[in-house]
Amino acid sequence: MTSTTPAPPFDPRVLKAPHPVPGAPNNWRRFLSFNTDAKVIGLQYMITALFFLLVGGLLSMIMRGELITPAADLVDPTVYNGLYTMHGTVMLFLFLFPILNGFNNLLIPPMIGAPDMAFPRLNAAAFWMVPVFGVILMASFLVPGGPSGAGWWAYPPQSIQNPLGHFINGQFLWILAVALSGISSIMGAVNFITTIIRMRAPGMGWFRMPIFCWTAVAAQAIQLIGLPVLTAGAVLLLFDLSFGTSFYLPEGGGDPMLYQHFFWFYSHPAVYVMVLPVFGIFSELFPVYARKPLFGYHVVAIASFAITFLSLIVWVHHMFYSGTPQWMRNLFMVTTMLIAVPTGIKVFAWIGTLWGGKLRLTTAMLFSLGGVFNFIFAGITGIMLATVPVDIHVGNTYFVVGHFHTVIFSTITYGVFAGIYHWFPKFTGRMLYEGLGKLHFVLTFIGSQLTFLPMHAAGLMGMPRRVASYDPEFAFANVLASLGAFLLGVATIPFLLNLVSSWVRGEKAPPNPWNAIGLEWLLPSPPPAENFEDDVPTVISGPYGYGLGRPLVEDEERYVAKAASAATGA
Amino acid sequence: MTTTATSGSPRPWAVLLLLAAVLSDLAASFWMAAQSHRWLPVAASAAAGPVDDLFALEVGIGSFIFLGCSGVMLWTLLFNRAPKYDLDNGDPIEGNLKLEIVWTVIPLVIVMLIAWKAIAVSTTLSTLGGKVRVSGGHAAMHGAEAPAAAPMAADATAAANPIDVIGRQWSWEFIYPNGVHSSELHLPEGQRSFLRLSATDVIHGFYVPAFRLKQDLIPGSVIDYSLIPTRAGRYRLRDSMFSGGYFASNQTDVVVEPPEAYEDWLAEALRQPLRPAANAATDLYNQRLARGDRGWATVPPAPPPLVHVSADPEAPHES
Ligand code: HEM
Ligand SMILES: [Cu+2]
Repeated sequence: MTSTTPAPPFDPRVLKAPHPVPGAPNNWRRFLSFNTDAKVIGLQYMITALFFLLVGGLLSMIMRGELITPAADLVDPTVYNGLYTMHGTVMLFLFLFPILNGFNNLLIPPMIGAPDMAFPRLNAAAFWMVPVFGVILMASFLVPGGPSGAGWWAYPPQSIQNPLGHFINGQFLWILAVALSGISSIMGAVNFITTIIRMRAPGMGWFRMPIFCWTAVAAQAIQLIGLPVLTAGAVLLLFDLSFGTSFYLPEGGGDPMLYQHFFWFYSHPAVYVMVLPVFGIFSELFPVYARKPLFGYHVVAIASFAITFLSLIVWVHHMFYSGTPQWMRNLFMVTTMLIAVPTGIKVFAWIGTLWGGKLRLTTAMLFSLGGVFNFIFAGITGIMLATVPVDIHVGNTYFVVGHFHTVIFSTITYGVFAGIYHWFPKFTGRMLYEGLGKLHFVLTFIGSQLTFLPMHAAGLMGMPRRVASYDPEFAFANVLASLGAFLLGVATIPFLLNLVSSWVRGEKAPPNPWNAIGLEWLLPSPPPAENFEDDVPTVISGPYGYGLGRPLVEDEERYVAKAASAATGA
Repeated sequence: MTTTATSGSPRPWAVLLLLAAVLSDLAASFWMAAQSHRWLPVAASAAAGPVDDLFALEVGIGSFIFLGCSGVMLWTLLFNRAPKYDLDNGDPIEGNLKLEIVWTVIPLVIVMLIAWKAIAVSTTLSTLGGKVRVSGGHAAMHGAEAPAAAPMAADATAAANPIDVIGRQWSWEFIYPNGVHSSELHLPEGQRSFLRLSATDVIHGFYVPAFRLKQDLIPGSVIDYSLIPTRAGRYRLRDSMFSGGYFASNQTDVVVEPPEAYEDWLAEALRQPLRPAANAATDLYNQRLARGDRGWATVPPAPPPLVHVSADPEAPHES
């Protein structure tokens, strides 16, 4: 990799590509166009998602500002309701889903040796719906009456009260945005699943496929099964809101509980749509940075589908206190508890992978270790929430808020950060600064414990969630949580600084900076438009052969040399 | 997990170390379980004991697993780090079938045990009675026949005369069998109290942390509920299901008193005139109107209920 000739700033082959690729000069405009290259779409998703992470983060800072004192003094309670609703909605539908689809786009084709996605145009259309519904959602801040303030559950009858009586109102735009997000996700899911099933490199049987791809299929299958139900439920809600039907209104013979079933039938599995790819990221990263094969690869792969299946039959655990009869509570408690088994298998497998390894504490590894550490905690509080009598006490309190933030932020977002630090060099051709990365990790780790641990305590003492004001006995926990949240805000500064400055002037990335095994690492950084083009390698062994001395593909040296020569322009 | 690394005959020091680690993990977990009672509010209902014990059990088991896993992770962090320029790989272990079976079966057994205990606790508490759906507006609901709640013989009269609990945006109203209306809930200590939960507008949550109990009030349904307060005192009753604009202010108190005091209170209350209850949401809404109605849209608060006894917002509550 020590180049003697001055390297051109981009892979020379990109100039021959029918459409431009990341890393090529002077064509940042492709990011603003209907580009069908999965790598461009991947970066479009990522950048859009990171923008909305900042939006959602800003909303949460205002909320934590309000909650640093018991009284509702910073903003009107109605404004608080709108803020928390939009915070949740933005974080789920405009940050997490899009960023994970960004990973899908960037990683799936190179990992399986495909030139692109199966349906590039569908793929691009799915992406471009994100800014569309993003704008719709943001526009709801501007309509009379403000955005929806009904929470991301949008439970009727409260969500369809429409105090001002306008046809276009915050709740209307909210439902529209969520429905569009659903359609976009379904389009994405069709594309990802087809690509993985149909376009794998020769020799890559299911059990030679990287775990990230396994988890991608498992997660996207949930989207295909669950989203139609949510979308149907949302359309009925829209009818009740705007056209005077009463599917959910008791006055007209409807039942508000029906909506809760529709909503949770999808929205519980949705949490696994988010966490499964992150399980995939952890499973990719631990072998690289522990220099060991993934412990129990087959079981870890299959556990993904066990999770998919179980996640579809647990939704009533969100409704234990809604008048659900006892037998049904018991049934859904048992199914929920069962999820802990395949989930546990994965956690133990990661720990098994670390054991006796040669750990390299890069930023990506630190975020993975931190994420798993936090996830063990969240899994335990999850079991507590699944326990009916305990949930009857802590359900709908800050304990739940603590639980799911420990998952959604301290596990999933950690995994996202880990993935960014790990694959940034691959797709931008530049290394990130490790120093700034470690600063980002340390601040994030301290900030997230400070923010989310006290929430569990407040919830156990009986502080309801979604409140704009609270009794003074909860003040201490809330002050800590607010300080932690502000620290998390500070933590994004080194992160953003790192991304921007590294992309502009970071050190050039070699094809395989982490000495990792995987098809994507046999490509130059950044990979050319069509990845391996017509020279797709034949896979001859499983994905994590660290220390086993088995080459991954036939003729491995040739691919390594080819990638290296592309990088140096020799 | 040592067995994976030392797949030959285990070295004695490793066995000792493992034993010490497991013992200290156990000790720490017992300590955490004992501590867990202090993380909860005072126990003021018959549900609190079993719920708190179940929670303590989970804290204990959870601590054991959490400390065990993070202990192993810490160990690898301390002793399995690659030196700076060491580019070698670790031991190429691809798995261990026995171990994998163990860590599938043990969690399965643990969670099923917890579920079994939880079902037993729910069965003893049996707080939730039947639920009837009523259409035709809230007025029809008061005529609705209370479904059979299968009460014990001694409780039969109380079950036939439940206290009505009505949730509104944003106030609480309680109607006792003798016709008393109040906006704070009075209950006799040591007896099973029967409640009929209903809501007039949106879903609300009846939540008393000191009782460890919570049940939603669903518009269009009447839900039978029962509980046994076990400790005299004044506790918070909070709306736990988000109900819009002034949701956070929708709190009142539960006053648990000895049965004689409760009867006296009922009799005394009946002699008071009906007047609008003190209502935080109405106050906040009026302040908002006075400031020019700025903020995002909300329905106005329902008129505060007319009550014989209003909750005192200044009265100190225990939890
Ligand atoms: C062993 C694993 C887990 C178990 C047993 C579990 C259990 C539960 C239960 C029972 C609830 C409902 C609590 C209530 O509302 O009263 C809940 C809430 C939640 N969980 Fe988990 N959970 C687990 C893992 C996860 C994962 C992996 C995610 C995310 C990827 C997640 C995200 C959430 C979210 C978002 C909520 C709250 C939704 C809301 O109320 O807005 N949980 N969890
Ligand atoms: Cu769930």
